[in-house]
Amino acid sequence: MDGPLSPALTPADLPGTPLFAALLRLGRKLFWMLLVLWGITLISFWVIHLAPGSPTDMETTLNPVAGAAARQQLEALYGLDKPLHVQYFDWLTRLLHGDFGNSMSADARPVLDKIFERLPLTVSMNAISLVLTLLIAIPVGILSACRRNSLLDRSVTVLVFLGFAMPSFWLALLLMLWFGIDLQWLPISGLTSMDYPRLSPWGKFCDLARHLVLPITVYTVGSLAGMSRYMRACMLEVLRQDYILTARAKGLSPRQVILRHALRNALLPVITLLGLSVPGLIGGSVIIESIFALPGLGQLFYSAVMARDYTMIMGNLVLGAVLTLAGNLLADLCYGFADPRIRSSGDRQ
Amino acid sequence: MMCPSVRRFLGRNGMLALGLGIVIFMSLAALGAPWLAPYPPDAEHLDHVLQAPSAEFLLGTDRLGRDILSRLLYGGRVSLWVGFVAGGISLSIGTTLGLISGYFRHWVDELVMRLVDIMLCFPSFFLILAVIAFLEPSLTNIMIVIGLTSWMGVCRLVRAETLSLREREFVAAARLAGTSTPRILFWHILPNALAPVLITATLGIAGAILVESSLSFLGLGVQPPMPSWGNMLMEGKATIETAPWLSVYPGLAILITVLGYNLVGESLRDLLDPRLSA
Repeated sequence: MDGPLSPALTPADLPGTPLFAALLRLGRKLFWMLLVLWGITLISFWVIHLAPGSPTDMETTLNPVAGAAARQQLEALYGLDKPLHVQYFDWLTRLLHGDFGNSMSADARPVLDKIFERLPLTVSMNAISLVLTLLIAIPVGILSACRRNSLLDRSVTVLVFLGFAMPSFWLALLLMLWFGIDLQWLPISGLTSMDYPRLSPWGKFCDLARHLVLPITVYTVGSLAGMSRYMRACMLEVLRQDYILTARAKGLSPRQVILRHALRNALLPVITLLGLSVPGLIGGSVIIESIFALPGLGQLFYSAVMARDYTMIMGNLVLGAVLTLAGNLLADLCYGFADPRIRSSGDRQ
Repeated sequence: MMCPSVRRFLGRNGMLALGLGIVIFMSLAALGAPWLAPYPPDAEHLDHVLQAPSAEFLLGTDRLGRDILSRLLYGGRVSLWVGFVAGGISLSIGTTLGLISGYFRHWVDELVMRLVDIMLCFPSFFLILAVIAFLEPSLTNIMIVIGLTSWMGVCRLVRAETLSLREREFVAAARLAGTSTPRILFWHILPNALAPVLITATLGIAGAILVESSLSFLGLGVQPPMPSWGNMLMEGKATIETAPWLSVYPGLAILITVLGYNLVGESLRDLLDPRLSA
């Protein structure tokens, strides 16, 4: 490659350039993600379709007026009368064209439409709580690592363990009880008040915000414990390294040592944790949205499951997996951005 | 009853002692439910409906006049049972796949690890919900599904241990002596990897209890009239304004139990990994 006869860069030399290596890595990662996504569709499709019951139950078996003929018609309409592998390939082919199919419920609207009208609420609640979590967990983690075994560290540890063990739905009920019923400060369910349409834009915003305070609090408490504990562990790990000793020895102030030298390295694993926490957040939305009666993705999924709406369930699972994979990819990219060692080694994962 | 060295050890490890205390207390309460419960769990005292905690009903009654304390004790049996069996299932799957993956390496390892990656990308609570809603939400199904969707952590851990253990001399010696592969895996390698695995299992029990109570809270878990902490909370939610004790105590029971298992698991992990407590 670096022979004397080819001083200029030719296509044959391309594999040696850093940019090419980075692109190759990205390509390999994307290919792998597609494979994972395919695996997820395969597993969930078979699990869901092999389970007893079908979307036609609601309209036929459970409905005394409908007969066997109506059931057959419905099954033919949904394509449920074909062999399972044919159904899977049909579904997969449509998915590749960006078509998630129509909901198998009575309204028969496209799955994607129904998902996209619910997505903003769930995603924005998660995003807000994520920002809050990071804003609280990172300083708390740093402080308890730096003041190890201090009163602060001990109380944080106690809170963390309580946070880990706290069922989110119970916390939600308690918050509703205190702030909604006893103190009457905040509304306990729904997204808007009865008089919402008549409010001014600012009033609308305040109304929405008041309705979202409790759900977002529950989301945040749920992820706070794990995140601050993890931050603390990473910080402790970094503080034992030789370069921290060097930084201290050359006379830097503790503040500089922590913020300039330790923090950046301690944040790396936290980025990965963020990527990994996406499935949990998506799952948690089912419970939180059902308690607070919020029209988000979780509630959509819950009702789809109850109605055995196959296309809707598959749509949600695929979307959840895509969000998770996107989170992981983003985490990987940020990781590579923050840590030059990862970039150069070009190693998988 | 306890020998002095054990007492000293627990005295130095307050978190472990507290966790063990909680776990033992909760297990005894659940096991002894038939003797400890003041009333049968489904006895309806229709003249004492929705009563606040009193001397007669220590934690109050629900809308059918059933004693909350008795239902909590019986519900504890369900929660702990689900925790143990689901934890056991995920432990056996994770251990077996981890051993195979780490021992045979190459394409077997690649295959298993990719399966783990796929499972980790699943919004698993979605999948659990879907499966449970489709199958009958029976106790057995819940335990199996929770077990099937939570083995990945154990699998990675066992694989990592196996990768290093398989290079050790005692494994080579066993191989040379003509020991069968399953026997090498489960008899020679597994015991040496047991400590971290059991700790993960402790945390897994706590996780399973939480998932079960979430499912029951959504009405997809343990079905009434069988009491479970999750479905008691679900029933309590309807009357939270007038009878908050219905919602407070079951949640407290979940919190304390999960806390106990987490404390045991985490403090044992700290003990095993001295780097963290250096």
